[in-house]
Amino acid sequence: MDIVSIRDLSREQIEQVLERSERMIPYARGEMSSKALDGKILATLFFEPSTRTRMSFESAMMRLGGRITDLGVPSMSSISKGESLADTIRMVEVYSDIIVIRHPREGAARLAARFSSKPVINAGDGAGQHPTQTLLDLFTIKRIKKDFDKLKVVMVGDLKYGRTVHSMAEALSSFGVELTFVAPAALQMPKETVKQVEKAGGKPKLTNRLEETIADADVLYVTRIQKERFPDLAEYQKVAGMYRVDKRLLREAKSDLIVMHPLPRVDEIDPEVDDTQHAKYFEQAFNGVPVRMALLNLVLGGEL
Amino acid sequence: MKEFKVTPIRNGTVIDHIDCGMALKVLRIIGMTDGGKVQSPVSVLMHVPSKKEGWKDVVKVEDRELDPKEVDKIALIAPKATINIIRDFNVAEKYSVRMPERVVGKARCSNPNCITNQSEPVEPEFVVESKDPPVLRCVYCDRQLDDIAGNLL
Ligand SMILES: Nc1ncnc2c1ncn2[C@@H]1O[C@H](COP(=O)(O)OP(=O)(O)O)[C@@H](O)[C@H]1O
Ligand SMILES: [Mg+2]
Ligand SMILES: [Zn+2]
Repeated sequence: MDIVSIRDLSREQIEQVLERSERMIPYARGEMSSKALDGKILATLFFEPSTRTRMSFESAMMRLGGRITDLGVPSMSSISKGESLADTIRMVEVYSDIIVIRHPREGAARLAARFSSKPVINAGDGAGQHPTQTLLDLFTIKRIKKDFDKLKVVMVGDLKYGRTVHSMAEALSSFGVELTFVAPAALQMPKETVKQVEKAGGKPKLTNRLEETIADADVLYVTRIQKERFPDLAEYQKVAGMYRVDKRLLREAKSDLIVMHPLPRVDEIDPEVDDTQHAKYFEQAFNGVPVRMALLNLVLGGEL
Repeated sequence: MKEFKVTPIRNGTVIDHIDCGMALKVLRIIGMTDGGKVQSPVSVLMHVPSKKEGWKDVVKVEDRELDPKEVDKIALIAPKATINIIRDFNVAEKYSVRMPERVVGKARCSNPNCITNQSEPVEPEFVVESKDPPVLRCVYCDRQLDDIAGNLL
């Protein structure tokens, strides 16, 4: 079983992962210990820098009693000698039981899965998919709000290039969430994704005015506007800093509104928000561990 | 007696019911643009009324039958096309192009950042989401293929 796209999981499997993630929490915190994946080896292939995703996968594997191997310093490895990804995978699969890959090119994880007989989990492929982020975001909402039905979720920021927002929007609409997309026209949700959301039964609202959406919202999902995705600096500067979540904006919000962010943030969320009851982004980052534990356990058939 | 807009051909192939405007792309597929490959006359009708509906293009190639690879590519850009093999002035065989469920190794992915555009040992592969109009999605990067005609291999 590979998890390259969130679509590789059925609705039931997603629900199962969310349920199992809840059970993983005390283990993820180190309050209980487990040997569920004793003797198993996870290979982490990060061809692009990552802190949260890599560390939380490693932590998840170790919390379940498994071990980790990685590529080492990329400049020392065979990749810099021009080895194809396919060949790297054929090598790595014989050294490990499961492969987690982050790669700068779209489709890299699917290619890896085709060349590997061991399960492959996509930890982000360029501007493509990042299914484990979607799962941990869903888990964070479910954990706090209990139920998705009729929840009002506002997504703001870079909705065009943002790696996670597309699959997140599709998944949320299939759970009956009411979506609003807030972005400047140049960064709005792609038509294709809007269509997918509608197919899943949603009627998303599109706007560029964050202030107007805040009063009704149950979840405010903020994303970073990524400089790397822009053709030139001038274009980036036009839109960067357009939206800033601060205490003044949140005055209008419901008291149980939660603010989420996949991190790292730049200045989309003012640090003054961090110690309000709304801020859930650090909890969200922690949730990466139990969710990835649940996934590793599911894919490797661990007993827990 | 039939009325022909071009001189009837004795032997060859008539590619009929090409979507209007696609005739020149069909010519590219059958090798008209890499000189030398085509050794006999080719005539093109553009924007002629179709008995079925609306307008169509037609390409007539003398003294040559198409190979299956060419026919497969024509299907990707002109899904309604019919291939008529002419022998001794008559239509000896006639079939419709067929759009497959998957397209492997016939077009490159239009996403420059797709892993299949790197030197990896894989052929680009697409699932056909719609046959007419043709909509192809890359099985690797999950993007829709833009400009199919311009990305044919
Ligand atoms: N000898 C020929 N020379 C050139 N074109 C021909 C010849 N015979 C048939 N065609 C063309 O081939 C196509 C298919 O012919 P036919 O099967 O008779 O017509 P249709 O598909 O319209 O019923 C038509 O576009 C027709 O004009
Ligand atoms: Mg595989
Ligand atoms: Zn592709």
